[in-house]
Amino acid sequence: MAANTNFEKYKSDGSLQGNLLEWFDARFPATSLWRGHLSEYYAPKNFNFWYFFGSLAVLVLVIQIVTGIFLVMHYKPDASLNENGIPVAFASVEYIMRDVNWGWLIRYMHSTGASAFFVVVYLHMFRGMLYGSYRQPRELIWVFGTLIFLCLMAEAFMGYLLPWGQMSFWGAQVIVNLFSAIPLIGEPLSIWIRGDFVVGDATLNRFFAFHVIAVPLVLLGLIAAHILALHEVGSNNPDGIEIKKRKDVHGIPLDGIPFHPYYSVKDIVGVVVFLMVFSIIVFFAPEGGGYFLEYNNFLPADPLKTPPHIAPVWYFTPYYSLLRAMVWPLLGIDAKFWGVVLMGGGVVILAFLPWLDRSPVKSIRYRGPIYKTLLTLFVISFVLLGFLGTQPPSYAFFGVIPGAPIAQLLTAYYFLFFLTMPWWSKIDKYKPEPDRVTM
Amino acid sequence: MKKLLTALLFAPTIALAAGAALHLDKAPDVQGDKAALQSGARTFVNYCLNCHGASFVRYSRLTELGLTEQQVKDNLMFTAEKLGEPMRVAARSGEQKVWFGAAPPDLSLIARARSSADGSGADWLYTYLRSFYADPNRPTGWNNTVFANVGMPHVLWQLQGTAVMNQDHKVELAVPGSLSSTEYDKVVGDLVGFMVWLAEPDAGFRKRLGFGVLAFLVVLFGFAYALKKAYWKDIK
Repeated sequence: MAANTNFEKYKSDGSLQGNLLEWFDARFPATSLWRGHLSEYYAPKNFNFWYFFGSLAVLVLVIQIVTGIFLVMHYKPDASLNENGIPVAFASVEYIMRDVNWGWLIRYMHSTGASAFFVVVYLHMFRGMLYGSYRQPRELIWVFGTLIFLCLMAEAFMGYLLPWGQMSFWGAQVIVNLFSAIPLIGEPLSIWIRGDFVVGDATLNRFFAFHVIAVPLVLLGLIAAHILALHEVGSNNPDGIEIKKRKDVHGIPLDGIPFHPYYSVKDIVGVVVFLMVFSIIVFFAPEGGGYFLEYNNFLPADPLKTPPHIAPVWYFTPYYSLLRAMVWPLLGIDAKFWGVVLMGGGVVILAFLPWLDRSPVKSIRYRGPIYKTLLTLFVISFVLLGFLGTQPPSYAFFGVIPGAPIAQLLTAYYFLFFLTMPWWSKIDKYKPEPDRVTM
Repeated sequence: MKKLLTALLFAPTIALAAGAALHLDKAPDVQGDKAALQSGARTFVNYCLNCHGASFVRYSRLTELGLTEQQVKDNLMFTAEKLGEPMRVAARSGEQKVWFGAAPPDLSLIARARSSADGSGADWLYTYLRSFYADPNRPTGWNNTVFANVGMPHVLWQLQGTAVMNQDHKVELAVPGSLSSTEYDKVVGDLVGFMVWLAEPDAGFRKRLGFGVLAFLVVLFGFAYALKKAYWKDIK
């Protein structure tokens, strides 16, 4: 045992700092953690633009946690009306915006951070699809990632109820009502989730508990597992080849460079560029044209006034489109239930990607025309589904082409892309992969 | 006959078009004009604040419009005693509900809440407050082309005068008010400008700060990029 401790491996040079580090290393894996995850974690040297979004997701997570802590200090999850006839929760958000020092900045950072989180995570996931990062031996990283995405959706959905505006209230009402479509248990289940017959104070309080404690805890655990699994097998790269196959005499990958300092200094550049875009939104367009903060949400929740058009926030709209696409009852069960199945299935199917892809190569650089065409169509259909999800079902392109059947077609494509992948990924042409990474 | 058929053919399209989008007039931007905002504040407390509250805004904030505390106290505070009090209505919302059938909404955020694909919240308010017409079928005697069958009467009618709906479904002024039409537009423009300020009093500071933050980030980018270049010199 003794030989395995850090005490044996990292000897002090006799200086005060050295002795202190030696004392710590004998009791805590300080130096070995630093080396294993940063200074001696060898990442491929050919990371490109797409590789910024993992570290940016961590940055946004930190922004959300820190701003969230300060928001909780002033926010009150209370649906009762104050002496001016306004719900206390809604009024407490405006109190933060007007009376708390720098409260407006903290709140805008948190509301913009929610959208930024999804932008960054969608791009991070797309990177995985471009370069086959989900393929063997990284299947578990991808599965953890899908679970993180699922948690993020739950976190965002419950957080959106807290300002207790019209969209908060009616959005939650619509989504929780979906559970009532499940046969037999649906009705009692949705009452159990709400804690009431309608979305009310009980719902607000439990969503608050989930949003600030339960889901973030699970999220942090999953992110730790995601990163540990990554550092176990090592990062993929734009060429989709394993750098660990070619090592020097010291056992260090020939195409690997230590994450710190190389990628830490590179990621700082990415962080600064991200913060510029983030600041432009926070300081000049915090409403994001009604996409980041919906205009209707500046009205306090009113259970007696249903808004004419209830749209979820933009990051849910592709999946909202999947939900609305199903309009036919099946097996004697309401169409709404099958819509819920499609929406849930749309997220869950992502987790199976590692086993659906049968191509001999990982990266799009060496894939054939079928993958390139179908992936491009997939991105276009995902964006279109997202756009249609922001519009009422009666929407028509240019006022003539009805949106609803197009959303149904795109939904079919979304699922066919994955379900038929084992077949077309196998017959697709491919180019030979290089031995070493290309810059 | 042919004309009639053509008219019938296009009637549904015209009806649809009318229901689809509101044509809103562009509200003047007076955010940089302290005198206009002060005039808007005066109209607001004299006409709006009798029924609508602005309960998220404290009177003390009105000093940011270039007024002294004494000026706010003497000219703009009718029902409140201390500067730190919020701009409430004397009546409580429960009582208002009994009197009016529905409590008039709080106006603190109305300029943000009324934004839509048709235009900004300011445009909506600016058009709405200039679109009242006399309608004997309504309990208040007033109707509005932007907000059909609105519960609110035309509070500013003495200023604008009385408009009526003519046979062509156009609103025209029947009895002139104390102000000319341009003067009235100016009063409404100032009032809407004040409500835009009310919806986010920190908006001006937010934008000014934004330029400073971006300038800092541009400098930081220079250093970050140089640092990256220096470290990556030997990577080929």
